[in-house]
This record gives sequence, structure tokens and C-alpha cells, in this order.
Amino acid sequence: MLFSNIILLLLLNDLLLLAAPGITWLIRLTAFQGILLGSLLFDMEHALLAGAVLGIKGILLPLLLARTYKHIGKREKTHHLNLGVAVVMGMLGLIFSLWLEHNLPLMPDIFPVLLLPAAITTLFCGLILVVGRATALSQVIGYLVAENGIFLLGTPLMAAGAIWFELALLLDIFVAVFVMGIAIGHIGEKFDSIDTARFRSLRD
Amino acid sequence: MEIYIASISIMLAAIPVLGVWAIADSLLAPKKSRYRMANICGAGLAAIACLVGFAGAVCGPWDFSIKAEHAHFAWGLPFGSLTLAIDPLSRLFLLPIYGLGLVCALSGAAALKHENAREHNLAAHWFFYNLLLLGMALVACAADGVLFLLAWEIMSLAPFFLIDFNDRDSKVRDAAWVYLTAAHLGAIFLMAFFIGLWQLTGQTGLDPAITANALKDVSPRTCSLLFILALVGFGAKAGLFPMHVWLPDAHPAAPSHVSALLSGAMINMGLYGVIRSTGLLAGPAGTAPGILGLIPGWWGWLVLVIGLCTALIGIIKALGQGNLKRLLAYSSVENMGLMFIGLGCGLIGISSGDAWIALLGFAGALLHMLNHAGFKGLLFLCAGEVLHSAGTLRLELLGGLQARMPLTGILFAIGAAAIACLPPLSGFTGEFALFMALANGASATGVEKQLGLLLSLGLLALVSGLACALYVKAYGMAFLGKPRSGFAQNAHCPPFNGVWPLLLPAAACIAGGLLAPQFFHMAAATAMQAAPLPGQLLGECLTSAAAIEPAFIYISIGGIGLTGLVVVVWLLRKACLRWRIVLNRETWGCGYQASSARIQYSEGSFSEPLARIFGPVMGLTLRGEPVRGIFPGLASLGLSAPDRIRNHVFTPLFEGIEKVCNACKIIQHGKIHLYIVYILVTVVGLLVWGLK
Repeated sequence: MLFSNIILLLLLNDLLLLAAPGITWLIRLTAFQGILLGSLLFDMEHALLAGAVLGIKGILLPLLLARTYKHIGKREKTHHLNLGVAVVMGMLGLIFSLWLEHNLPLMPDIFPVLLLPAAITTLFCGLILVVGRATALSQVIGYLVAENGIFLLGTPLMAAGAIWFELALLLDIFVAVFVMGIAIGHIGEKFDSIDTARFRSLRD
Repeated sequence: MEIYIASISIMLAAIPVLGVWAIADSLLAPKKSRYRMANICGAGLAAIACLVGFAGAVCGPWDFSIKAEHAHFAWGLPFGSLTLAIDPLSRLFLLPIYGLGLVCALSGAAALKHENAREHNLAAHWFFYNLLLLGMALVACAADGVLFLLAWEIMSLAPFFLIDFNDRDSKVRDAAWVYLTAAHLGAIFLMAFFIGLWQLTGQTGLDPAITANALKDVSPRTCSLLFILALVGFGAKAGLFPMHVWLPDAHPAAPSHVSALLSGAMINMGLYGVIRSTGLLAGPAGTAPGILGLIPGWWGWLVLVIGLCTALIGIIKALGQGNLKRLLAYSSVENMGLMFIGLGCGLIGISSGDAWIALLGFAGALLHMLNHAGFKGLLFLCAGEVLHSAGTLRLELLGGLQARMPLTGILFAIGAAAIACLPPLSGFTGEFALFMALANGASATGVEKQLGLLLSLGLLALVSGLACALYVKAYGMAFLGKPRSGFAQNAHCPPFNGVWPLLLPAAACIAGGLLAPQFFHMAAATAMQAAPLPGQLLGECLTSAAAIEPAFIYISIGGIGLTGLVVVVWLLRKACLRWRIVLNRETWGCGYQASSARIQYSEGSFSEPLARIFGPVMGLTLRGEPVRGIFPGLASLGLSAPDRIRNHVFTPLFEGIEKVCNACKIIQHGKIHLYIVYILVTVVGLLVWGLK
């Protein structure tokens, strides 16, 4: 019961992420998604991993992002894509992932009900964020959300030994976001903007 | 076999050494001593490899019954094999590669000695030179389709960097790009050819007995398609009409020793490829009966007509050129045309069962290939000396160089006489074989064959006559008369230690005429081994070879007699004039005291009568003010020969392609988030498509 409630909250959270108007809200929702992921793992009786996910995805990374945002501290145009359109696309992604669950030739009893659609929808929403948002920071958040989707896809396949593997992956993500956060901070300082559309003036 | 492997090993060892050296050179500050060292080492390694390989190619008997020697090596790829094979055809084509490779390395080292160390990376230059030699040697020895293509690619890439030696000049850069494009367009056809052969025969080996046996059940139409692919692919390298457009740009742009090697050795590989591929498609000489039906008659006619067009266009365009190296480049086009005339003739002979035409056609093509390597190499190297001494290659600014650089002048005269097919020099023998082959057209069965072959004979005669006129122009304008400008006036005599390598190809030009029977024997034996001759035709070819051999002996005796006579007359003259005072007057002086360089023929006026005849057909245009009235005013005459094929076919074609490509840039806009959309759409599309 708890499991399906968490899945439902995850899906809602995805759509809310797409509709979030500013970066502050995006960071808050990402943190909430990390907490949801942690509790899902807790429900699946992976206590150690649940703690790590909660710590990194629920607290550490959002704090880091918030710090970077504060450091840059600029208010500029944040999205290419109309938020309504983004939400509709997210819903289309949900429908597509439901269709995929129905059609994908999977081994029976691997995925609990609705886990696969939730994971793929999260992945899609992450990519829509990457595509639709203008600032580099929100693209990092999109990247993080997409990674959460991939992480979700991996959870049912976790055996006892795979925990270390997953932990290593978490460390990877942490370092990636950490480095990106620093890089974005520097880009913001040097170029006065982290709008990715302006990056193309750097091409040859 | 071991000796070829030794020469290839030397090149393989030289290439990484020079590569590392080149990289080090580009990182370190330029230094004159290191520059000289790179020049000596790079050229020396190439020369040693060539000397070893040349010794291997020359030594040993030449006989049509010699079987190919094979050598296998370990090969890391899942398909193909590293198999080398040496048969007479490979040996014959290795001769110019190694011979000219040696001469050009020596001459190039002398010419590059004085270049600016800051502007050029000589280690890199010799790296690519060795790479080119390696590529050509491997092409000639490859017994596997994949290896052949790899070697072909090496051979095609290396000249790009060699041509681009003076890369500060935008014209040189353009020429190098045109070369690269042409080389790769040709390579596409070759890939199609080899892949087709692989798919149809089920193996990548290039043994004619196996491939022809596997192709027995394939429809003639497919075989013909493969033949066309090979002809286009190899023809692009050989500079066949209409794919000759890269040659007149690339050869003048490259340093002279590179143009000599490209013109004398590399473009021959196109001929080599076509001969090889006819063998692959139709079977080896003498072993596969019933192959007579497999070579359709039109293959030979197609090659013959292309050869004639190439020769005619080449020679007439050459007549319109004012730049000596450009003139020589067009002359290379003409000579490749002559070789393909021989090849076409040979194929016609095979398909119609005429041993005489088949043998002399193939042998004439091969003999002319050997001779052409000698004199064209010599002429390009002489042109390099002229450029170095006078500072220009424009004929309208040259003149009177014979007095200023006598040895180079004599060498150029020998080369020019040889290429104009004057006996007793080498060019005569090859064309003699071609003429004898075509002349037998009178006895061919069928009026259309008789007419076609005799018409070709007439056209060949026209080309030979024009070649004579061309080289009178080239030698006369550059070396005789009075200097037309300060360039020629102030030309200095090149030191002997730079010119001596040119004596080797000059000796080859003379030997090619005086040792005509030996050279013909080599070419004929190779032709009988390499041409797809059916069993009974091979026997007839042997009798034909025996029948024609006395003619070459007469040529040789006549040549030796003529040379002897000239020497005797010269000595006699010297003896007679010994006690008299000899006055030297100015050339073209005609008895006047105050003559001027302006009363000489100019470059345009020399070609004017021919341009009036061939102009409308071949796109030569005369410009300038004609002489009018009894007391004419200022008059001028110039001749330009723009390449119509290039200007009206290739340029619009590539501009069109560029437009289409530019239009496609809409999807490449630099917006990264939209690139991610592309990936997303593709992944989703593939998922949906895969699950349907």
C-alpha cells in the first residue's frame, strides 16, 4: 500500500517539476524526489542504501544546488518551453511509458506494478527539463531527475551484492553534480549568464 | 620475394622514425642543422629502400611461365589476409616505383637543401614520401582485396601532404584538395568493385584462377558492371578523361621531385589496377578455356575510345599551356591515354581472337608505361631545375636557358625527344608496338572492326605528331633562342651535385631505345602472363612475339647505328673546325646586328595555327589584337586553354553539392538542448518501431 502511494507521489512530483516556475521550486522538488526514492528503498528493505540515497539525493545535492544558485543569484529567463506544454509532454511520456510496460517483453515478476512506468516517466521528465529549461543549473537538475529514473529502473534488479555497485553509482552522481555545480558557478562568473542558448556563440 | 620484403621493411622502419622526428620537429624551435639532417636521413632511407627493391625487380628472368611467389604474414583483422605476391606484372610496375623513387629522393634532397627551415617540416615531408613509396609497393604486391584497398588508401593519402608542401600558397592548397577529392571519389568505386568481387566469389584473395572460377556462373551483365566500376575507380587515379581534372592542378603545385614520382609512377597504378581487374574477372592466361565468351567485345572498344579521347584532349590542352609543369601534366594525361589505347587494343584482340593485336596492344601499353616513367620523371625533374634556377616556369618569360644551364638543357632535350617518340630513344619503341597492333586492324574480321582500328591508328598518329610539336614548343621556348625576361637572363647554372641524379632517367631513355628487344621481351612476357588470354591464343601470342622480335632488333641496331653516326659526325665536325675560327651569332639573329627577344616566336604564336584548327572543338581560345595592314600597329596574341570539363561539369556539380550540404546545416544550429531532443526522438522512435 505504501509502495503504490510512493509511486503515485513520484509521478505527481514529476509533473510538478515540469510545472515549477523557478529554480528554487525545482530544487525543493528534487529534494522531495530524493526523499521519496529513499522511502521507496526503505519500503523494499534496503535500509543502508535508503539512508545513502536520502542523504545524497534528498539533502546533500539539493543543498549544493541551492548554494550554487545563491552564488550566481540572477533572475533571468528560465525556460524555452511553455510550462503548460512541458506538463502535457510529461503526461504524454506517462502514457508512452504505460504503453511500454504493456508491450515490452519483460520477464514476469521482476517489476512491481507501476514501477516501470514511474521510472520511465521520471527519465522522460528529466530529459524534458534538460530540453525545455534555459539555465545550465536547471539542466543539471534535469540530468539529476533523469538519473533518478534510471536508478528507479535498477531497484528491482538489486540483489544483496549489488548494493555496493549502487553506492558507487551514487558517489558518481554526487561527484558529477558537484563538478557541474562548480563549473556552472564559474561560467556564471565569467560570462554573466548561464543561459545555454548563449553557449552556442562559443562554437566555431 | 625476400628482397621485396626487405625493401618494404626498410620503409616500414623509416616511417615511424620519420614520424616521431616530424612531431619532434614541429614542437622544437626550427634549427638549420636538424633540418639538414632530416633531409639527408629521410631521403637516404627512401633511396636505400628503393635501391634494394629495384635490384630485386630487375634481377631474375622474365618469362611468361613464371608463377607468382607468395608470402603470408599474420593479420589481425577478421577478414582479408596479409598476403603479398610477386609476378611479372608486379615486377614490371615496381620498376618505375623503385627506380623513380630512388632518383626523385636523391634529386629532392638536393633541391630541398636550400629551403627555409622555418617554413617546412622536412621530416614530415620525407615521412609522407616513404609512406607513398610503401603504399605503391604494397599496391603492386597485394594479393588480397582488403590489403589492396588499404594500400591504395595509403598511396592516395600520402600525395595530399606531399602536394601541399608549399601550403602558404592558396593555389597549392586548392590543388591538394582537388587531388584528395578526386582520389577518394575514385576509391569509392574501387570499394564497390572489391566488395562486389568479395560478395560474388566468397573470398577476398586476388588470385585470378580462383576469382574467375567463382565468377563462372555470374551473369555477364554483373561482370561488366564490375569492370565499369574498376575502370572508373582506377581511371580516376590514371587521369582518364573526364576524370583527368585533378592532374593539371596537382602536378604544377607539388615540388618537382614529387610531381615526377606522381606522374611517372603513381598514376601508372591506375593502369595496373585495370589490367589486374580484367585478369580477376576473366581468368589467368592460358588456363581457363571458354573465357573467350566472357570478355565482351565492347569492353575493349570502351577502353580504346576512352584512351583516344584522353590522349587527344591531353595533347591539345598541353599545347595551350604556358606553364611548363602544367604542360607536362597534361602530357601525362595524353600518355596515360596512349597506354589505355594499348590496353583497349589488347582487349579487342582477345575478344576477337587475334593474337597479334592482343599481344602488341598489351605489350605496347606496358612498354610505354615503362618508357613514360623514364622520360616524364626526367622532364619534371628538369622543370624543377629550371624553376630553381630561373624562378619561373612561364614559357613566355623563359628562353635561352641552354646556354645558361647546358647539362639540364641536354637532359631536357633527351627527355623531350624520347617523349616525342623520336628514334633511337625509348618513346619510339612503345608507340611502335601500339602502331603495329592497330595496323593489324586491316586484317581483323568485320568492316566495323577494321574501320574502328584503322581510324584509331590515324588518331594515334595525330597524337604523336602533336606530341612532337608540343615538345618542340616546350624545349624551344624554354631553352633555345634569347631570354624573354630577366628571369631567364639571370638564371644560374645549377651545381652538378644537384643535377647528377637526372642522368639516371636520361640513361633509361637512351637504354629504352638501344636495348629495345630486351625491353620488349620483358613487356611481352608480362603481357602474356597477365592478360586474360585463352589457351590457344596464348600459343599464337608466342609465335607473334617471335615474329615481331626482329623488328625490335632492327630498331636497336638502327638506333645504335644512328647514335654512332651522330657521334662520328660530331667528332668529324670538331676535327674540321679545329684550325678555323668559329663565330657564334645570336639565335634568331638572321644576320641582323641588333636583334631583340621580341622577334622570337612567343608561346601563344607557336600554338596559334593548331589552336585555330582545334580551338572550337577543344576549348582553346585565342585572345589579343591581330596584325592588320601593311604597317601594323601594336599587336598581341595569347592563348588560353581553360578546362571545359572542370569549369562546366565538375565545378557546377560540386557547387550544387555544397548548396545541398549547406541547406542541411539547418539541423546543426548549436542549440544543445535541441540536440538532446533529436536523441530523445530517435530513441523513442526506435523503441516504438522495435516493439511494433
